[in-house]
Amino acid sequence: MDLSAILIDWLPFLVTGIIATLGLVLSALGVGFIIGLPAAIGQVYGSRPVAFLINVYIWFFRGLPLLVLLFLFYFGIFPAIGLGDVSPFVVGALVLGLHGGAYQAEIFRGAILSIDEGQMTAARSLGMSRTQAIRHIVLPQALLIALPGWSNEYPTVLTDTSVCYAIGVAELLTRASVIVSTEYIAMPIYLACAGLYLILNYAGMKALHLLERRVSVPGFESGSNWT
Amino acid sequence: MTTDDIILRVEGLHKSFGSTEVLKGVSFTVRKGETKVFIGPSGTGKSTLLRCINQLIVPDAGRVYLHGEEVTHAGAKINQYRAKIGMVFQNFNLFDHLTAVRNVEIALIKVKGMKENEAREKALFELRRVGMEDRADHYPAQLSGGQAQRVSIARALAMDPDVMLFDEPTSALDPELTGEVLEVIRSLARAGMTMLIVTHEMRFALSIADELLFMEHGRILESGSPAELATSPNFERTRQFAGRFAEL
Repeated sequence: MDLSAILIDWLPFLVTGIIATLGLVLSALGVGFIIGLPAAIGQVYGSRPVAFLINVYIWFFRGLPLLVLLFLFYFGIFPAIGLGDVSPFVVGALVLGLHGGAYQAEIFRGAILSIDEGQMTAARSLGMSRTQAIRHIVLPQALLIALPGWSNEYPTVLTDTSVCYAIGVAELLTRASVIVSTEYIAMPIYLACAGLYLILNYAGMKALHLLERRVSVPGFESGSNWT
Repeated sequence: MTTDDIILRVEGLHKSFGSTEVLKGVSFTVRKGETKVFIGPSGTGKSTLLRCINQLIVPDAGRVYLHGEEVTHAGAKINQYRAKIGMVFQNFNLFDHLTAVRNVEIALIKVKGMKENEAREKALFELRRVGMEDRADHYPAQLSGGQAQRVSIARALAMDPDVMLFDEPTSALDPELTGEVLEVIRSLARAGMTMLIVTHEMRFALSIADELLFMEHGRILESGSPAELATSPNFERTRQFAGRFAEL
């Protein structure tokens, strides 16, 4: 069989890896957001014990290499709590989400702290409760400010997903390696794999840039020059 | 005048920040429709005083009454009192992510529970009052300082407050923009709004005040009507202070 025939044969198998890769990305960004935003709010506005616990969480998930986290959860924590037969994808998605949440918490915390105190003061002077002021005044502005930094998580997270190869999630890199070890041709397969990562990177950045443009508010322009 | 006319009563307010005593026992009463103007050197507690009235700063001692009800130690009820005490800030503090009209209506919806369309109507009415209706859809970043301050006045007015507090409303403005803001405040005085104003604009203070209060070192040192300022022995220290302003 010549090379092009092999590539055409295996292409569907490789491209299907995009589904798992994007699933991991969405989990890292989505679960990360669901954890990261409340974590940032808790850090800034929470009581001392709450802020302390959140700091421990951030320290743990930012302090350990992603690969170590994956092994720890896949071979250690999940089996220990009787979930040893959970699929590698679920473990990978969760670990990437927890890992992403720790990084996102820092992004959102910085954004919240950058909001002028006068915004809270004005909201309270109108009779809003602290919770209302945070929800309706501080957070919307913090999200606008955080968006460019948050978008920057995407390329990092996309490349991070390949670490899940180590626990056998059937994502892009894992599938490429399967092809390589079956057909004994490395370069063209890894090149195709690399090409797919770059396409995903471009498409995602484009989409995030459109989002930034869509929600842009005068006075909060990101100054991003991605086109 | 009966005591029914008294909207606001402030009794013996004390406030320290660290070892610095900023307010050393400030008391006064405000009657309906009255405009009191606080003047005096910077750092004498005028802004702190205003913020103690609506409890944005909690005083160490002393009491504030709104219509005879105690605002100090009000607990969760403080939000209801604040909704009745409008405040205008030196730096406008417009909500930067909201258009002018959203700035005015958001507290109507979230605090007063008004319906969206009702709140929009009220917000546009208040913007018209300050001559900003045609900028309703502009964001704060698209407004001049004077325009932003007029929107922030509309935002406070929309709550139908019993009293308005102005904390150096023109201090952050270029000189040529102060006029439009002062004119709006004047129109409120004519309409019978009860107001406490902290300002360094002496000429404006003299022209609008029912009572002029000179504060220094955390106390009200001298007070009286503007007409008394030029001659009364009550105003000796004030005259000395005001003499430094060329326009007087």
